[in-house]
Amino acid sequence: MRRWLAGGWLLLLLSVPLWMHDQYLLHVLIVTGIFIIAAMSLNLLLGYTGQLSLGHVAFFGIGAYTSALVSLGFEIDIFGYPVVHEPWPELAGFAIGTALAGLCGYAIGRLSFKVRGAYFVIVTISFAEVMRLVALNWVELTQGPAALTNISPFKFAFPGIGSFTFWSKTSNYYLVLGSALLAYAIIKRIVESRIGRAMIALKENEPLALSLGIDVTRYLVLAAVVSAALAGAAGSLYAHYIRIIDPSIFLFIYTVTMVIMVITGGKGTLAGPVVGGVIFGFLPVIVRSFAAPELQWILYGALMIAIVVLLPEGIVPAVERWIANRGPNSARPSDVLADHS
Amino acid sequence: MNELLQHVLNAIVLGGTYALLGIGLTLIFGIMRVVNFTHGELYAFGGYGMYLLGSMLGLNFFLALAFAIAAGFLLGVLIEFVLLRPVRAADIDTTMLVMIGAWIIMQNTELLAWGGVAKSVATPFPETPLAMGPVSVSPLRVFVLAAATLLILATYLLIHRSRLGMAMRATFQDREVAALMGVNINGIHAATFGIGSALAAAAGALLGPVFLVTPSMGDLAALKAFAIVILGGLGNVTGATLGGFILAFAEEIGAGYVSSGYRDAIGFLIIILVLLIRPTGLFVRAERVG
Repeated sequence: MRRWLAGGWLLLLLSVPLWMHDQYLLHVLIVTGIFIIAAMSLNLLLGYTGQLSLGHVAFFGIGAYTSALVSLGFEIDIFGYPVVHEPWPELAGFAIGTALAGLCGYAIGRLSFKVRGAYFVIVTISFAEVMRLVALNWVELTQGPAALTNISPFKFAFPGIGSFTFWSKTSNYYLVLGSALLAYAIIKRIVESRIGRAMIALKENEPLALSLGIDVTRYLVLAAVVSAALAGAAGSLYAHYIRIIDPSIFLFIYTVTMVIMVITGGKGTLAGPVVGGVIFGFLPVIVRSFAAPELQWILYGALMIAIVVLLPEGIVPAVERWIANRGPNSARPSDVLADHS
Repeated sequence: MNELLQHVLNAIVLGGTYALLGIGLTLIFGIMRVVNFTHGELYAFGGYGMYLLGSMLGLNFFLALAFAIAAGFLLGVLIEFVLLRPVRAADIDTTMLVMIGAWIIMQNTELLAWGGVAKSVATPFPETPLAMGPVSVSPLRVFVLAAATLLILATYLLIHRSRLGMAMRATFQDREVAALMGVNINGIHAATFGIGSALAAAAGALLGPVFLVTPSMGDLAALKAFAIVILGGLGNVTGATLGGFILAFAEEIGAGYVSSGYRDAIGFLIIILVLLIRPTGLFVRAERVG
């Protein structure tokens, strides 16, 4: 049953460009897909290890800037020594951006898992804000507020056959869909393995997990690295799709968007960020037709408070429980898991 | 040398208002265990209060200041009552998310109400700076420092010499026992959030006329307040006071001698350094308010 359902969803997603000819909606779908990848990566940290990271956009932005700069090339001056970088292929930018974001995740993880709770939250916010100020002030490298423009779209070269460049919306849709499915598979693989069970054990009862010999810091840092790298990859996809980035990519409000996607859908569930991402990807499109952007944000804020207070576990676990209570076979393993998350 | 003296003087003036911001935030965290993300918006609220009362309605500057601070207190009590009381039993992450939601709502309401253009607040002080030997300072800034110092002293007296302050300290040490001794916990939480908010509004009302009032002024203020509070240790009022002055000095010296573009980054670098070296804050004794 579940397999059929998954297959149906996949067919539906694959067929979207065939029946949706509105280019704007396709664009919204692509950007939503990119943010869903970022939200899924945040969920690994927030949902499975229970660490509220409010600087997640930093990794997204690092991935975007690094990938753009590697593919655009740059000339800077470091302590009097000129550093010149010739443009490299976009895929190299993607790889380096992802790796650098993961490395930053490692550094932040090592540093801040010594301090939890409110401290961790503030460290992550500060990190994102420092990144924004660097992007704003290191004009030689980032062009500052003038933005990096003319970022080239992704290009796959097949030796001997030719090459394919992702100019069209349809091709970018499939690129993002493929990446999102890959990210989903990676996260599913992690959380359903020993590592994932260790993470959940940490969230549920850290002293008990410690006493069972689970190396807390190691698993938390691992989660931070994977989470940051996936966010960086999403940032790289964003940079090469939108093709212009400026320091506002590091704004706190984007982190809030990711957080609200995760908690609305259901943190600590695989489907949660996807459900939340679709809702908050398309909500602005609907709200924008009749209200000012400020009103849209006010609505976000109010929804965030309402969900945290009224539906703290999120939509996916609530729906799963509702279905389980209706059916006769009310104790499927997935529901037991949902109860714990 | 003269340049250094001028930076020191500027830092002292700025430090007073930073200390106000920090004390408000640290009181709220210490007693209520709430990371108050609306703190920066209350700061902006104070600034806009001055603009509305002083510049638009033509009220006397000092009267406008008093009203702005009082309005900050009332808004704080309202936030506590509507948003925080229902989630008091919830974990700290839940209250943080609720406060982030409130932050977004408040900031965008300000944007809707005032627009994105910066406003300047008229003051009764003469423009000509007072020259003191090699350095000079505007009369407005002297007033700002004096008012901030007065408010800091008043907060200390309130915490250490009043019955309310005693009840606040008792609640900080042990909420349940304090309640058993007849302390009205609801009242203490409302008063704490109100006082913290009033201090943030006061900082905004004092600095608004010095700089400009903008809808985004609260963002940096909130993050700076976090830096100050981490510097001093969460819940430590003396630490927050010293932290305010330290951050102001670091910013002034950094902006003057390193790079003015990174002025606002200094607070965050301080946060990361402090947490690396001494995560409990620089001035921590035993954890307590006072």
